Amino acid sequence: MTLFDFLQRLLGRQKPSGTMAKERLQLVLAHDRSDLNPELLEQMRREILEVVQRYVEIDIEEGDVSLETEDRVTALVANLPIKRARPLPALVAAAAAVGMAQAPDPEAPQELALPLACEPAEDPSPADPD
Amino acid sequence: MDAVTSAPARIILICSGKGGVGKTTLTANLGIALARLGERTVVLDADFGLRNLDLLLGLENRIVYTAQEVLAETCRLDQALVKHKQEPNLALLPAGNPRMLEWLTPEDMQRIVAMVAERADFVLIDCPAGIEDGFKNAAAAAREAIVITTPEVSAVRDADRVIGLLNTRGVTPVQLVLNRVRPRMMASQEMLGVDDVTDILALPLVGLVVEDEQVIVSTNRGEPLTLNGNGSPAAKAYQNIARRLRGEDIPVEDPSKARKGLRARLMNKIRKTTGLF
Repeated sequence: MTLFDFLQRLLGRQKPSGTMAKERLQLVLAHDRSDLNPELLEQMRREILEVVQRYVEIDIEEGDVSLETEDRVTALVANLPIKRARPLPALVAAAAAVGMAQAPDPEAPQELALPLACEPAEDPSPADPD
Repeated sequence: MDAVTSAPARIILICSGKGGVGKTTLTANLGIALARLGERTVVLDADFGLRNLDLLLGLENRIVYTAQEVLAETCRLDQALVKHKQEPNLALLPAGNPRMLEWLTPEDMQRIVAMVAERADFVLIDCPAGIEDGFKNAAAAAREAIVITTPEVSAVRDADRVIGLLNTRGVTPVQLVLNRVRPRMMASQEMLGVDDVTDILALPLVGLVVEDEQVIVSTNRGEPLTLNGNGSPAAKAYQNIARRLRGEDIPVEDPSKARKGLRARLMNKIRKTTGLF
């Protein structure tokens, strides 16, 4: 460790390289073990957000989907803060859209509610934090 | 070696994924150490394309036959086994000739290992680097495995791949040897720590070998450290691995934590009081 490195660490500007090695390894191994590259993970993240948004309003900026590994077990961890639940008609429409149930309420404007419920997901830019 | 066997032989694959992390050095030293403890040991060089185990054991001029001729029945097994002069409990069997690159199959490997296992207590299989055919052949006959790695990101990543493959093959137990440890760098957190590596790979540690220049000297001579380098830290480490494999309870010490030098203590103090690093 050079004096410069030491000062950087003392000032809290730089992590020791061993710690960086561990963090980088944990990330790359989570991907290796699940056979998911970052691109696929990002696609999956967007699709998960899309589905969740049909049911609840979530904070896209705070939403986080990542792979975590402990004891050789890799888990997909999603942390999605909920702002509020969607109104009932939108929920019914969302359920109908995925073929789970037919809308029982004829007053529910299905055609209108579905695009509304899906609106944020159709624009990929807010789902992309970077 | 006589043909009377009591317990079935321990058939251990020594592998790493990445090349150059110390598989062959471990195999040679562990072979000698086990033999010195009275175990009839055969080291099998499964890396027949680029074989080097003969060179590390100083047996490069004594190879006449290989497993290939034994399987083809052009020689007997005891003709192909190269006995070590100073340590007669140890024998080397090269899998094949570097000129013949096509012959070996997983079934060949199982056959030759079964033959060898009849007259040995320990069979150590020195695996080629990589995870392709060479690895698959070498792993075909293994019951248990030792994965060796160094505290570097590339070696640990490759070790992880190999561990995954061993798990799917049902090889068990799989134990870890951490090689080329630099206690000073670990203490200052400029190298992956012992706990970091065992946490990430989730394997029990069967040995820890510190970086030791005597390893290079011993390979130059073709005399493994466990043969007569008793004073060297690496020799001690290899001997301890051999004893742990036989079931002795010897704790693995983390040399980066054992350091009680003034500077290490000062650094720890700074670390604790400031919480900076």
